[in-house]
Amino acid sequence: MSKLAFVQKNKIPPSPAPISEVGVIGWLKQNLFSSWFNTLLTLLSIYFLFIILKDFIPWAWGGHWDTKSLRECLDLNPDVACFSVLTARWKQLLFGLYPAEEYWRPTVTFILLIFSIIPILFPKFFRFFWFSIIYPGLAIWLLWGGSIWSVGIVYIGFFLGVLLFILLLRNITKNMVIAGISSILFVILFFIFFSNYLVKILDIIIPISLPPVESLKMGGFTLSLIVGITGIVASFPIGILLALGRQSNLPIIKMICVGFIEFIRGVPLITLLFVASVLLNYFLPPGTNFDIVLRVIIMVTLFSAAYMAEVIRGGLAGLPLGQHEASASLGLTYWQSQRLVIMPQALKISIPGIVNTFIGLFKDTTLVSIISLRDPVGLASTIRADQTWNGIYWELYVAIGLMFFVVCFGMSQYSQYLERKLKTDK
Amino acid sequence: MEKTKINITDEVAIHISEMNKWYGNFHVLRDINLEVMRGERIVVCGPSGSGKSTLIRCINRLEEHQKGRIIVDGTELTTDLKNIDKIRSEVGMVFQHFNLFPHLTTLENCTLAPIWVRETPAKEAQEIAMEMLEKVKIPEQANKYPGQLSGGQQQRVAIARSLCMKPRIMLFDEVTSALDPEMIKEVLDTMIQLAEDGMTMICVTHEMGFARQVADRVIFMDDGQIVEQNEPESFFNKPQSDRTKLFLSQILGH
Repeated sequence: MSKLAFVQKNKIPPSPAPISEVGVIGWLKQNLFSSWFNTLLTLLSIYFLFIILKDFIPWAWGGHWDTKSLRECLDLNPDVACFSVLTARWKQLLFGLYPAEEYWRPTVTFILLIFSIIPILFPKFFRFFWFSIIYPGLAIWLLWGGSIWSVGIVYIGFFLGVLLFILLLRNITKNMVIAGISSILFVILFFIFFSNYLVKILDIIIPISLPPVESLKMGGFTLSLIVGITGIVASFPIGILLALGRQSNLPIIKMICVGFIEFIRGVPLITLLFVASVLLNYFLPPGTNFDIVLRVIIMVTLFSAAYMAEVIRGGLAGLPLGQHEASASLGLTYWQSQRLVIMPQALKISIPGIVNTFIGLFKDTTLVSIISLRDPVGLASTIRADQTWNGIYWELYVAIGLMFFVVCFGMSQYSQYLERKLKTDK
Repeated sequence: MEKTKINITDEVAIHISEMNKWYGNFHVLRDINLEVMRGERIVVCGPSGSGKSTLIRCINRLEEHQKGRIIVDGTELTTDLKNIDKIRSEVGMVFQHFNLFPHLTTLENCTLAPIWVRETPAKEAQEIAMEMLEKVKIPEQANKYPGQLSGGQQQRVAIARSLCMKPRIMLFDEVTSALDPEMIKEVLDTMIQLAEDGMTMICVTHEMGFARQVADRVIFMDDGQIVEQNEPESFFNKPQSDRTKLFLSQILGH
């Protein structure tokens, strides 16, 4: 028999791992003290944490909440935080210059916001999606006030348009394009000729209205949420279309998309906001009063749509060509294959980048303080200009930072949940 | 605009005449003439770069031809998108790398096109899909995702996915080339079964055993041309052209 020959006759049964490798001790050993260098790093990190926290915790923990001014705080104990500024001004930080007797309106708006995004975030509740569609109109009416019909008419117009589209397709023509164009024409004519009269008539029949609040009164975290959330919702579909346009075989569409993306990405957001606040009025016909918040929202939306387009293009590039070929070979049309095969995968790959852009957009809303809108950061300057609180920095900015952190951290957590949920390979 | 009328009977599944294709200046397909009868099983072979994959990809317009005519199932392939989508829904294709949709389960992969292209009700589409999955012998994997299946299983799902559209013609583009040896057989068995059911098939493959067993006709391509075609017996035993002899000696030689 040759020396190479070997036959295993016994099957070795599995045995438990050594105690030093599992449990708490095992974890500590593996992750914190696996080598002398690792041990050194662990000890250094603990030391740094200690240095930072040993001053911060007493400062924050012992803070004053009920003094009348910064002076009073300093007299009591200059070494601890003076959170009294928050006690005194928290309503302003949240609602800006919104009339105090109407605070319930933004409050209700944001409670309803939670209900309106649940059907979008969790497919389990998708049957409540109708509320997500109604919500934007409801929010606009609650925040800006006026007659409910001036917002309702938009819904009525689109509802009639969709109804006409379906009726045309059912009874008159099979051609989607003809039906689509005629319904759009109808909606435009409706808004030009009928809507004003209809609003007046409806106002007489069912008068429901709230005292109007003008845009310059919007402020605080309310403003950040208005601009941020509208921007996020609007920039996502625009970003998808731009990404598809950039990949298009049609040269003119491609050129327009590339031009738009490169221009917007190449310009600082502040410049765009200045254009929105100052320059736009020169270009528009005199007398047009184009709401400042709306102008800001449009600029922020376009800005993040350009980034979004590039993020999604990355996802599209990550898909093998075979996916396009397979869906084409099954007879799916271009839009079907984009919607059912390509986009679900491309968007899944791009989730981290998309959420990154969303978070960036939300934090960029603080830039509106530069064009003298009163978002939390803008308000902080206003508050500090007040004699009573002159000289206060940390407490205000920590509170503002915390508000943004809660929202951004929420988005980040949701994106991780989504990534886990959509994982299909294992 | 009516071009010369070509007389095509119902028996002809695919008619290709004087077809040429270029990639830029590179002449990939040269004067291809091919007529495929209904129910005919054709195996296309040839060295890599000979244009055999390009040829079958032209049949469902994954590649565009620049000259000549291709008529599939009585419909001519032109730039008309409607014709292209119609032909694609009648012609099934299976790829070397499976190209299953990884975000959908096996069953959803199979029902997607019937539901959206054929507008089959979801319930009926699922029944058809289960029937096809049984045909390829993996109904138990219906609710798994492609990433959880072996290569051979994925390829059989890909075949089932095409079959769910009830195609009249099936194109197979080197479907066993990316598989481990022990999985090739299960896929070939599925294809043999399909051939026995009378499906019109064009297979680009290097599996000469399969060609011998099921093909009605073997086509040998080289440098973008059809060099030789014959029934398998004569093709393998008495090849006429030198290039065919060389190719056969290379792939059968060991």
